[in-house]
Amino acid sequence: MVMLALEGVTKVYQVGAFGRRKLTAVSEVSFDVGEGEVIALIGESGSGKSTIGRMVLRLASPSGGRILFGGKDITGIREHDYRREVQGVFQDPFSSFNPIFRADRVLHMIREGFFPRLNNAQWMSKVEAALESVSLDPAQVLGRYPHQLSGGQMQRMLIARALLLDIRLLVADELISMLDASTRIDVLNLLADLKQRGLGILFITHDLSLGHYLSDRTVILRRGEVVETGPTTEVFAAPSHAYTRLMLESVPRLHQKWESK
Amino acid sequence: MSAVSLQVDNLRVYYRTTRGDVKALDGVTFEVADREIMGLAGESGCGKSTLAKSLIRYDGRMRHVSGKALLDGLSLPGGRYTKVSLIPQYAMSAMNPTVKIGRLIADLVRAHGWSYRELLPELVRRLELVGLSADVLNNYPIELSGGMKQRAVMVLSTLLNPSLLIADEVTSALDVTNQRAVAETLVQFRDRGFVTSMIVVTHDISLVYQIADTILVMYAGKLAEKAPAEVLVNAPKHPYTRLLISSLPEVGVRHATRKLTGIPGRPPHLLNPPTGCRFRDRCPLAYDRCAEEPPFTEVEPGHFVACWKAMSEGSPGENQEACAAERSGGTPW
Repeated sequence: MVMLALEGVTKVYQVGAFGRRKLTAVSEVSFDVGEGEVIALIGESGSGKSTIGRMVLRLASPSGGRILFGGKDITGIREHDYRREVQGVFQDPFSSFNPIFRADRVLHMIREGFFPRLNNAQWMSKVEAALESVSLDPAQVLGRYPHQLSGGQMQRMLIARALLLDIRLLVADELISMLDASTRIDVLNLLADLKQRGLGILFITHDLSLGHYLSDRTVILRRGEVVETGPTTEVFAAPSHAYTRLMLESVPRLHQKWESK
Repeated sequence: MSAVSLQVDNLRVYYRTTRGDVKALDGVTFEVADREIMGLAGESGCGKSTLAKSLIRYDGRMRHVSGKALLDGLSLPGGRYTKVSLIPQYAMSAMNPTVKIGRLIADLVRAHGWSYRELLPELVRRLELVGLSADVLNNYPIELSGGMKQRAVMVLSTLLNPSLLIADEVTSALDVTNQRAVAETLVQFRDRGFVTSMIVVTHDISLVYQIADTILVMYAGKLAEKAPAEVLVNAPKHPYTRLLISSLPEVGVRHATRKLTGIPGRPPHLLNPPTGCRFRDRCPLAYDRCAEEPPFTEVEPGHFVACWKAMSEGSPGENQEACAAERSGGTPW
């Protein structure tokens, strides 16, 4: 079932002195995300992949086209209701936390807005359940400061925060790019578990191997345009666009060296 | 391997903090041969950047505790402005935005006592070699893309033919296609003799595997394993290297067909590192002996490892089989 659909979405930024020049960051992009489906949005820097993520999260508004969530245009949905179902986690966990406060503050900050009726005990058991669902030990992370947590723990806490809201769609923008190799894979596996529980994920990345590991379908972007889209296994096994082939040839792999040009 | 170019002997460099010394580099011994490209890999906080920096210059927080580093018989840091060249992390973003690239290079060349006019033909030749036209000298850094800036920085830092080039995460901020071009440029510089030997610091083993002759893996301020690139990737001996390599997602591996696992736990804090093997707490093979610190020993020619288990086993076949078994679960590419 289609949950999120982008229909000819375009984003034009005005740049230069007095905004006289126009820069098309995203041009006529259409794709959809189903219930419990992982879509990898792959592109190099400047391809517009993050802009799309921001538009889906309503942090930026499209200049043209429509974004539908559950069949309704997202601009017509109350922001509060939309946030309950769609949340994002971004690349840099270190800048998502205020180092002055305890790390679990990010969890408690949504309590007033979304769960005003819960008492303390109910709230804490909800928080603990969310932390456990991202395989964090509540006793180990609650009350800690950000510098006492690892990057992987911080990213998981942010995912737990999104899960508190019973979301249906998670926008993961370069979620694991800043994590170390040994913890990166744990967060990826966590996303795979969440997907099995029915969460739809828009997985934005520049790393083809990460996209390939997790996604059902792949959308390859270049300079704001979709160059190739299809089931992940097909796109990677038989890329039809020259740009996709070039990218695939450039990915460094273990056990296999680059062919000399 | 030919003559030894760089020799590092039991080097210890600590960071001074108010709570005591952080032992970022704790007794490191290795050699880099002439014309060798050595990849230096490890997770964040393992001391790889500290090692790279301590071959150039100690900053105010760094304290040299013991050991030495010799480059062609010359003690490091020292004579650093011509013999050793470092491309620090984010070097391309550190270019002066207010002057043209040509002037930036001219200033640096003059500071080393050379004439820019004399070097200009060679500079242009090398820029063209990396696919940049001489026009970039008249551009401001903002007018160049990330990959172009990185290549300009690489030409600049090897213009005086250093003996040793240390490239710290030079490809990590780039897109895959640029990443490949920059990595291949490094090899080309070595092949053409612009630099004698090279240390490529990175967290990305699959990238460094493409270009390096040998790979050195660090863990928590210590050396874990050094071996020829092919051996390290296909038949690693240190449990950390093995786990690290098996946790890397590759194109061709999918969650549905083969689930990868990470390494549980996290590296120890280096303010008060545990005694014995520092990987002990996370290591599935740890046993009593690991309470004692394993020496970094040569188990096969050119293959060094700091692990009691790997030393006592000694049979490479066993590891290879384990590795092959691990791999065979994946989809054939």
